[in-house]
Amino acid sequence: MTATAPRSFQEIILRLQTYWAGKGCAVLQPYDMEVGAGTFHPATTLRALGSRPWAAAYVQPSRRPTDGRYGENPNRLQHYYQYQVLIKPSPANLQELYLGSLAAIGIDMGLHDIRFVEDDWESPTLGAWGLGWEVWCDGMEVSQFTYFQQVGGHDCKPVSGELTYGLERLAMYVLGIDHVMDMPFNDPASPIPLKYGDIFRQTEQEYSRWNFDQADTEMLLQHFKDAEAECERILAAGETDGAGRRIVMAHPAYDQCIKASHLFNLLDARGVISVTERQAYIGRVRALAKKCADAFVTTEAGGASEGRAA
Amino acid sequence: MPDLLIELFSEEIPARMQAKARTDLKTLVTDGLVAAGLTYAGAHALSTPRRLVLAIDGLTAESRAVREERKGPATTAPEQAVQGFLRSTGLTLEQLEVRDAGKGQAYFAVIEKPGRKAAEIVAEVLEATVRNFPWPKSMRWGTGALRWVRPLQSILCLLSDESGAEVVPLDIDGIRSGNTTRGHRFLAPEAFSVSSFEDYAAKLKRAKVMLDPEERAGHIWHDATNAAFAAGLEVVEDRGLLTEVAGLVEWPVVLMGRIGEEFLGLPPEVLQTSMKEHQKFFSCRNPKTGRIEGFVTVANNDPADHGATILKGNQKVLSARLSDAKFFWENDLRTVRDVGFEGMAEGLAHVTFHNKLGSQKDRIGRIEALAREIAPLVGAKPDLAAEAARVAKADLQSAMVGEFPELQGTMGVYYAKAAGLPEAVADACKAHYQPLGPSDAVPIEPVSVAVALADKIDTLTGFWAIDEKPTGSKDPFALRRAALGVIRLVLGNELRFELFPLLLRGVFAAELSIQNVQLRSVEARLTASSRKIAEHLSRISSDHDEFDEALQVFASLEATGAKGNNEDADEDFWPSFSSEVSRKLSDLLAFFHDRLKVHLRDEGIRHDVIDACLAMPGNDDLTLLVKRAEALSEFLKTDDGENLIQGFKRANNILTQAEEKDGVEYSFGADPKFAEDETERTLFAALDKAEAAIAPAMEAENFAAAMSAMASLRAPIDAFFEAVQVNTDNQVVRRNRLNLLSRIRTICLSVADLTKLEG
Repeated sequence: MTATAPRSFQEIILRLQTYWAGKGCAVLQPYDMEVGAGTFHPATTLRALGSRPWAAAYVQPSRRPTDGRYGENPNRLQHYYQYQVLIKPSPANLQELYLGSLAAIGIDMGLHDIRFVEDDWESPTLGAWGLGWEVWCDGMEVSQFTYFQQVGGHDCKPVSGELTYGLERLAMYVLGIDHVMDMPFNDPASPIPLKYGDIFRQTEQEYSRWNFDQADTEMLLQHFKDAEAECERILAAGETDGAGRRIVMAHPAYDQCIKASHLFNLLDARGVISVTERQAYIGRVRALAKKCADAFVTTEAGGASEGRAA
Repeated sequence: MPDLLIELFSEEIPARMQAKARTDLKTLVTDGLVAAGLTYAGAHALSTPRRLVLAIDGLTAESRAVREERKGPATTAPEQAVQGFLRSTGLTLEQLEVRDAGKGQAYFAVIEKPGRKAAEIVAEVLEATVRNFPWPKSMRWGTGALRWVRPLQSILCLLSDESGAEVVPLDIDGIRSGNTTRGHRFLAPEAFSVSSFEDYAAKLKRAKVMLDPEERAGHIWHDATNAAFAAGLEVVEDRGLLTEVAGLVEWPVVLMGRIGEEFLGLPPEVLQTSMKEHQKFFSCRNPKTGRIEGFVTVANNDPADHGATILKGNQKVLSARLSDAKFFWENDLRTVRDVGFEGMAEGLAHVTFHNKLGSQKDRIGRIEALAREIAPLVGAKPDLAAEAARVAKADLQSAMVGEFPELQGTMGVYYAKAAGLPEAVADACKAHYQPLGPSDAVPIEPVSVAVALADKIDTLTGFWAIDEKPTGSKDPFALRRAALGVIRLVLGNELRFELFPLLLRGVFAAELSIQNVQLRSVEARLTASSRKIAEHLSRISSDHDEFDEALQVFASLEATGAKGNNEDADEDFWPSFSSEVSRKLSDLLAFFHDRLKVHLRDEGIRHDVIDACLAMPGNDDLTLLVKRAEALSEFLKTDDGENLIQGFKRANNILTQAEEKDGVEYSFGADPKFAEDETERTLFAALDKAEAAIAPAMEAENFAAAMSAMASLRAPIDAFFEAVQVNTDNQVVRRNRLNLLSRIRTICLSVADLTKLEG
């Protein structure tokens, strides 16, 4: 069975949503904060921890300030979309499920060359690593496929399988587009056809200028310190609230960790972080991520009660 | 005699791990089988990205029964001892036999181990193999605790003989063994069963899987060279890439494409590196132009359109990659045109080399100063060597090297030429990194040699200055390689100079950088002492007379092994500082000597021969040192040489003992008039003759001649010892003879310290 070819960026996203919904995933919405990758969404980072089964799929807008090219580079953007799937425990047929998703967006396995090429994934800021592959389609990397082994310094038991699709790149390939700004966002036959550039060229320019030249580094540094302090304060606040309820504030603390991470990325783009300082900043964010993970595994969603029962 | 077939079927195994995994599988399984009492005729391991396979033929059907007797404690032994014996044998008291054992009766255990079926043993051994497999990195998946390189999906384990095949039953964490496998992921995904290795290999081939990695590599190379030839090109050979690509596909399909016209102006190294690193393409060269004009990619699919879609996709990715490379190349050339190649290096002031030793720019400054000093020693113009040092690492700031670090040096040559720099300067950009390993060529062009030496000496002295020496197997800054590089540069070019002054310069420069880093980073207390040291060092380093003075001080410190105390030091920090520097220098020179020993050992020169030469003056002149060691080594291979050493040792022993006993040193000069024996007189004459020959030979560094003169002493010494007793009652004669022995010692030790020789 060969699926018909999709005609727009959004059709590819919609097909992925439908496909993974059909495979039993909860189709979530993007996290409402600035993140560098879909992995940062608590639906991945935190939910990969603990023993509770989980299956989620979502689009995550992602920001990488250093990748900004004022909308001129055909492939590079400071704001782009990732499609993220996380299933825990990783099913035995995850590779087949993944290949099914490629077929769903119109990639004919009979005509293309799909390859699983070794790629060990590591996120120094999240204290996380896993083994897997980058998936190549005709020599182009179209996805990351990872079996999480550790997140926030905790062993993943059970192991989650994570799939990350770089949506623009994948869609450009499927649609046969050479410059991202030329890609049809909605159906080209729509009454008002919109291209990717109609929506994002101007924002790429604006953010590139702000990221590289204008962002107030003093303020960003202060925000970084504030986020770090707030994260630690929240976690140190104790498990019991004024009314005697046990409420561990893992998610609010993790929000601050995400903030710190993005602020670090902005500072990096402004070129004010030296090579040696870089490691120190990454270490600080990782320390936060670990504390959040420590907190999360003591909560209900983190599988604490099941752990006790077992 | 059954055959055994094992297939461990998994998700994609990284290509670089497959070769070792094959060896490990074979070793672990066959060792296990043999340890359990089975034998086999042959075994071979194969792999594809999705399977590890072991085929063993001529396996014995069962292990032999074994009867083992063990003597236990005496029947009178305490209860505890008896219980312990029962536990270790797994028997009960009733099963033990009581026998006479010399001094009374003792328990004996007779343990019968019946022969076991091969299947039972195979199951055990395979399970242990899977659970303990030495993957460089392994992982868990799903809810399981089992570790494998990637999820293990199925196990095929089959014993087969003429009468048929049986599955060896096995269950590893829910993965049960069977007799089925699958073909190619896309071309023949259905499961099928097999009955023997031959059946397995044949069915796999039909299911579009080439099982043997050698066969895949051979197939790829054959098709690639054919396709290239048809296009008038030739494939650039790359063994490593071929092995890797063969590990990425089960059914290789070779596709050839052309590189877009707009990219053909890029340096061939750039094209090759980009295509290999990013896309695992082979490069195809036009033999007429020498340019890289095409590529070969290997697909793992055999589509109806003969790969047109796949090739188009790959070509598109390649264009994007090469567009990046072209952008970097043009950008870098523009930078070179605008600010010069040296200007490109400016940014290195902001790149940390090491947080104690300062920036890359600081480092380049040190290398430049050293290169200027070294230049006259190697026949290079100092200004040219200094210029080469200034630009040798400029390409680290280029966009291209930022993207492809392995092109460092290579790009430097292009950019230096683009900047119109002299050829010798351009070549040094690449050659100064050499030799990169024991088999890499040694640069011979003087400017390259000067910068290569300066670079390595700076690295060594710098890391010695901050006490970051290699320990055990840890050598993160590749200091052993740097020292060996210096040794090979010196020996390969037969360079003659003393290393010590250069090391001292290097250490001074490093210490100066260390103080400057402190001055830059710490404002408060340290500043005063840092500034003092910095001022002192920069004065010494820049003034030749001052440096020579310091050199003499350190050389004497080094020679006597004394710990510092420079009398000239009027500032309070200087004594402890100079003793520290002296300690580091002796240590670094000793490190060089160790590396030299390793190097010469590989050339067949014994370590004690080197020790004998190291003890001589001028041991920081490596070429001289090696010349001496080679001559001594050759000398020892001759009959005369070996015997002379024995004679020398005998003389030295008698003399040393007498000197210890008498409490005097017998070095007053022997007088021939007290000679009583003819052999004694002959020895006197021989020593006179040898002395006359050895001194000028040593002067001329003609060690072979000196040693052959020394060899002429063999017969007279032997005859002397044969005929004469040294320690006679006549004290005058005895003293004279001891003084004669002392002459032997003096003469022999002037060639090398023969006391260091073993045997």
